[in-house]
Formats: sequence, C-alpha cells, structure tokens
Amino acid sequence: MTQSVVVQVGQCGNQIGCCFWDLALREHAAVNQKGIYDEAISSFFRNVDTRVVGDGGSISKGKICSLKARAVLIDMEEGVVNEILQGPLRDVFDTKQLITDISGSGNNWAVGHRVFGSLYQDQILEKLRKSAEHCDCLQCFFIIHSMGGGTGSGLGTFLLKMLEDEFPEVYRFVTSIYPSGEDDVITSPYNSILAMKELNEHADCVLPIDNQSLFDIISKIDLMVNSGKLGTTVKPKSLVTSSSGALKTRHKKPFDAMNNIVANLLLNLTSSARFEGSLNMDLNEISMNLVPFPQLHYLVSSLTPLYTLTDVNIPPRRLDQMFSDAFSKDHQLLRADPKHSLYLACALMVRGNVHISDVRRNIERLKPSLQFVSWNQEGWKTSLCSIPPVGHSHSLLALANNTCVKPTFMELKERFMRLYKKKAHLHHYLQVEGMEESCFTEAVSSLSALIQEYNQLDATKNMPVQDLPRLSIAM
Amino acid sequence: MSIVTVQLGQCGNQIGFEVFDALLSDSHSSQGLCCKRENEAYQASCKERFFSEEENGVPIARAVLVDMEPKVINQTLSKAAQSGRWKYGQHACFCQKQGSGNNWAYGYSVHGPRHEESIMDLIRKEVEKCDSFSGFFIIMSMAGGTGSGIGAFVTQNLQDQYSNSLKMNQIIWPYGTGEVIVQNYNSILTLSHLYRSSDALLVHENDAVHKICAKLMNIKQISFSDINQVLAHQLGSVFQPTYSAESSFHYRRNPLGDLMEHLVPHPEFKMLSIRNVPHMSENSLAYSTFTWAGLLKHLRQMLISNAKMEEGIDWHVRPPLSGLPSLGKMSLNKDLHFNTSIANLVILRGKDVQSADVGKKF
Repeated sequence: MTQSVVVQVGQCGNQIGCCFWDLALREHAAVNQKGIYDEAISSFFRNVDTRVVGDGGSISKGKICSLKARAVLIDMEEGVVNEILQGPLRDVFDTKQLITDISGSGNNWAVGHRVFGSLYQDQILEKLRKSAEHCDCLQCFFIIHSMGGGTGSGLGTFLLKMLEDEFPEVYRFVTSIYPSGEDDVITSPYNSILAMKELNEHADCVLPIDNQSLFDIISKIDLMVNSGKLGTTVKPKSLVTSSSGALKTRHKKPFDAMNNIVANLLLNLTSSARFEGSLNMDLNEISMNLVPFPQLHYLVSSLTPLYTLTDVNIPPRRLDQMFSDAFSKDHQLLRADPKHSLYLACALMVRGNVHISDVRRNIERLKPSLQFVSWNQEGWKTSLCSIPPVGHSHSLLALANNTCVKPTFMELKERFMRLYKKKAHLHHYLQVEGMEESCFTEAVSSLSALIQEYNQLDATKNMPVQDLPRLSIAM
Repeated sequence: MSIVTVQLGQCGNQIGFEVFDALLSDSHSSQGLCCKRENEAYQASCKERFFSEEENGVPIARAVLVDMEPKVINQTLSKAAQSGRWKYGQHACFCQKQGSGNNWAYGYSVHGPRHEESIMDLIRKEVEKCDSFSGFFIIMSMAGGTGSGIGAFVTQNLQDQYSNSLKMNQIIWPYGTGEVIVQNYNSILTLSHLYRSSDALLVHENDAVHKICAKLMNIKQISFSDINQVLAHQLGSVFQPTYSAESSFHYRRNPLGDLMEHLVPHPEFKMLSIRNVPHMSENSLAYSTFTWAGLLKHLRQMLISNAKMEEGIDWHVRPPLSGLPSLGKMSLNKDLHFNTSIANLVILRGKDVQSADVGKKF
C-alpha cells in the first residue's frame, strides 16, 4: 500500500485541507471498527506514540496510538494555521510540519513565488523530505491551493518545480481553486495566469474547481433540504457538504460546506487505492489512463449523488440517475458542460454497493449522448470500491479529460488581457526582484498554446473517423 | 500429474480463487452418481492435480500468487482460509507496495526483471513439491499492467527455465467498451509476446461471460465474482479428471498434455476457447431434463455458428453438403460462412456418458 502526502498552501489551501483531514478521520473511523492501524489508514496518517520524546516513535502495526496526518502546512500569514492548531484538529498535526510567516503575500504571485520561494526554499525542502522519509512507499503529493491569491498561487506553484526536481518519481496531483467571475481579488487574473504556466509544466494532473460551481451545488442542496416536499426528507449525514460526525461541528465557517465538497472529492479519488474492491484503481492509473498527452492534464470532476433520500430501498433507476447526473453540467465542480464538448478520456470511480453490470448498463446508455475523440471511441476507465462514503450507500466520482475546460481558460485569458493592456497593477509585480514583463508574456503564450491544442481537438469533433490507407505489402 | 497455477494481478488472483474453490467443491460434492470407489478415485486424482497435502488435512492449492499491490492478495488469502476446506500456502505469494499503474511497460520491463528471482524462486518451490509435473496454468488479464506485463515476462522466463514443461495461459479479453483506456496497447503487447512463449492461450472474453450471466444464469446484478464463478465452472469442466475414449479404467494422467495434443496441432494456431452446455442457474436445474443427443446438437451448432453460449444460436448456418475428405481425425470444412475448426476436443461428463454418440457429427 502506498502513502500520499498532502501539501496545503495559502488560506484557501489550508482551509480545504482542514476539512479534508476532518472528513478523512471520520471515514476511517467509520470503516475501521477495531482501532488497529492498518494499511488503509497508513496512506494518509502516521501512527505515533506521543509519549516518546523527539521525532515521535512511529508505530507501524497494532493499535492506534495517536494519528498524525501526513501533511505539510504552508502559509505566509499566521491566522489560518494558528486557528487550525487551536481547533479540535490540533493533535492531528505535528508542529514540525508547519511553515508560516507573518506578513503574507499581499495577493501578489511574485511575492509568493520569488520572495518567499527563495526565502523558505530550504525549510520547505527539509519538511518535505521528512514527510517522505516517514513513508514506506510514497506515491503521490496532493497539493491544494487557490489560483487567485498570492501565497497559494505563487508559493504553491514554486513547490511544484521543487517536487519535480527532488522527487521525480512521485506523482503531483494539484487541486486548484480557480477564481470565479465575481472574484474579490482584482489581480487574480495575473496570479492565475502566472500560476497556470507552472501547472502546465510541472504538474502531473490538475483538478480545476471554481467557487461559483461549488456555490451553485450548495444552493441546490439547500433547496432540496428546505423544500419540504412529501417523501423527500434527506438523510442529514449523507449530504456531500456535511461534516456531521466530524470534529469541527462547533466551529462552522461560511466556506465549510464548499470545502467539504472538495474534501470529498479527494477522499473518493483515493478510495479505490486505500480500500478493497472488485476492480481497483491506483493513483498512478489516473494519470496513465486520463492524460493522453502530457500538456492536456486538466480533469473536470463531478460528484454524485449530492444527497441521499431516506428511502431505504433504492431501485435501480436511482442508481441510473446517479450516473446521468455525473455528466450534467450542474454537477461539475467547474463551470463546464462536458456533454457538449469533446471527451478525450473518462473515468468512473464507483463506491459502495454497485456491480459491474450496473456500470456497464449505464455506460451503454450514456455513450450515444457523449462525443469521444476519434482515437478513443470506446475508452472508459472504471473502478469499483466496496466501501461507500460515510452516510451514503453508493457514490460516483466522474473524472473527465474534456475540452470543456477551454472556456474557463479563455475567460481567464481575457480578464488578464484587459488588465495587462492597461498595465494596471503591474508595478507591484515588477517591483519584485527577478520579475520582468517577459514573465507575463511567456505565461500568456503558454496558456494560448494550451488553448490552441484544445481548439485543434475540437476541430476534429464531428468529423468521421478516418481510416488511413494501409501499406500494402508486396507478395 | 500436477499443475502449478500462477495467478497474476487482480484479475488473475480473483479468478484463481474461484477456480480452486470450484474444483474442490466439485470433487467433494455430495451429488456423485458413481460408486464410492469411483468417487474416491476422482477425488484423489483431482486433489493430486491441484492441491498438495498438509499435516492437518487441509489441502493447499498448488499456486503462486503474484501482484504488485497487497490488497487483492490479502483478500484472496483470507477468503480461501475462511472457507475452511482449503487454503493457499503461507509463503506462496509475492507482492509489492506500488502497483503497475495499468502500464504494460512497467510490468514487463521494470517489475518483471526487478523481481524475477523472487518470483521464479516461488514457482520453483511449488514445482519441487510435485511428484510428477504436468505443466503451468497461468491466469492473467490483458488490459491491466501487472497481469499483462508480468504475465508476458514470467511466461517467457518459464519457457527458458522449464523448456520441457507445457504452459497454458488463461487470458481475459477485456470488455469492448473498456475497463481501462489503454487496454488496447496492453493487450496487443501481451498477445505478441505470449504467442511466442506460450504453448496454448485459452481466451475468455468478459463480454461473452457477462452475457452468459445475464441471459443464461438470470443474475440481475452481475458482479465480478459472478463472472469469475462462471469462468471457474468452465475451467473446472475441462480440468477435472477424465477417462480417455479408449480406456475407461484409469483417469488420464496428463491434463495439459492431453489438451495440447488434441488442440494445438500446429504451433501457429494456439488460441483456444471453451463452449459449455448446459449453463444455467441452480434454481433452473431442478426444472430441466437433458439428453445427450440434445446437448450435443446444441453444442455442435454453437461451434459451427460461432456462438459463445446456448442462447441466440443461429440455426441457419450449416456445413457444406459435399463430403470433403477429412485429414486424419480432424476435419477441415472449407465453407466460408461456416466456422472453420482446426481442432476440437469434446469432454463429456455425467450420467450414461457411454451412450452419448459423438460419432461423425463432429
């Protein structure tokens, strides 16, 4: 069994990370009845005897003594991390895994990337090496950050290059929160585009998410919960946004519901690698199957069902509804409509009491309404994990490598160009040592090249599959 | 003579478990139609082929389990131990921590050579336990990384190290609409390597077995264990002890040798398939009666119309009327619409088997 390390950078990253650890503990507590430290828990947690002074004696088997998260928390201002350390999760984190500063990055990618990058490079490297050493077999780094701010986007992407150099064999999965249309940070387009260049070059796989979609999903759930229709009482624990049963119930924050969705995404992504099932899917298989060309590694995700009604008997039609929902644009975690764009690859990760015949039936049913690229007409990656998430009896995570990410990137580029043409706010960036205008132009051209690749694929969308003439062999 | 089974990857291990379970429960089932002496001979023969004896009487499967990640092997070992009737050897498994990532190249070029010694060591220990050794039965899938890549590598190694022994590879053809996106790459690479190093490739298609489960067995929600049980039933019907057509006093001793002798007349044609009649759920069995003539007729039509199961057979396909000279025991029928057979082996099991007239129909 392999281990993964979560690196949470910036305010957004740390808040999501906090929800993630909370829900991870809840999930393992529900599955692991006997309190024995097994391989599933070891993928995200270390078992430590805190009475031992020093590095904490790591215990690899036997009863759970004290669990420490395999995480590195980085923020350039202290508020968020301090809150975590004073909250109910303080025992899960080792104080040696934190890197904080006081002043913050001021929403400036250049400050996060260049100034703090060079200042904290050695410290960060040391903490990462330490966490890697604690792992038997490290497979993957999960980086959580936002693209619009300064620390998350600047320092978070600085990390990527470092991870690529230092741990070339370990996968880098990045969960990036993209700025929505009405974002509160004015320089978010600059920060995002500069960060995108790094993501293009150094990440193995990116899961883009935007706040507006998360918010829409929450509104839908609220509508359902409060609608009071007959026969539609929702099981409270089953909400994809709920953290009932977790530790943080008294400290509810406004973004908690949205962060819980992202936390559930990460848990479902790794579920088949941690728990048993009849068709397992490890983390290295995600990039192997879903990334046909190294540049095109942006995966649109959707989680269904969002809630479970209190009906005990779930007829197969409900199950089918779960599959249909996964492809509707309302359930995607990014503003995107995959049904009307071109699929390069698609993965369905099912958890719970679902059988291969259900998956096959739904693939047959949904295939005609989806457009796949010419060289992959029938390619689906499926995985079945027997353990359902907490509060549900089954759930589905759909990952799609689809050209529907293009509009998001194009919009971002447009907002960037609006600011850049007027050179507005540019001096804050250029003041930082090492930053020049060429950084901006390079970043934009990198994004344009990516958009161009997606355009080329879209152009082949409705063309019939061409059979090239075969070489004839002389007899 | 004994067969050593090598189970590779998640698919191989899950199927392997069902096969051993089916073999043992068949040989110990209480529905034997023969006298006690015959039953005991059957059991002994089956046991010698697939299981070795342990001190406290629990048979140990002659198997080596290989996977690049531990979850499936742990599950398989515990399921076998839980059944109470048989188990796997304690040290018969090899696993690593990080899987092959659906990457044939990882399986073949990285994991294979790296762990060559350990895996071949385990196989050698298992072979040494056999009094007389018939050959290897390697179970693997073609779509994944471990089964396909390491399977190809191990088969090649077995050819080098055990050149006198026979190897039959059980390969699982993935679903048409995909379980793995790169399955086409993995499958072609595997087949090209296996064709050179294996002696026979027994192909089972997931689609076909899925249909059998749906239509014949009437299972509403088909899970992989249902599919694997159908597979195990088919494999069991081939591998359980048989008499030869000539002598019905002793069981034939060399299962793999017999199969290869009859089915692989030329090394270029080594892909085999199984057709099994009747195939139905336990509940339907109570309401059905069978005759040999009826079963054989269905089986023959399945063969010539290339149907994989008993339902939906195309009865319009007929062999050509002109009698063509048959070469030896194998008949080559040259009608293009007609499924041309290179070689066939019919195995009959059950009541009054002597009265079944296979004769010239096949």
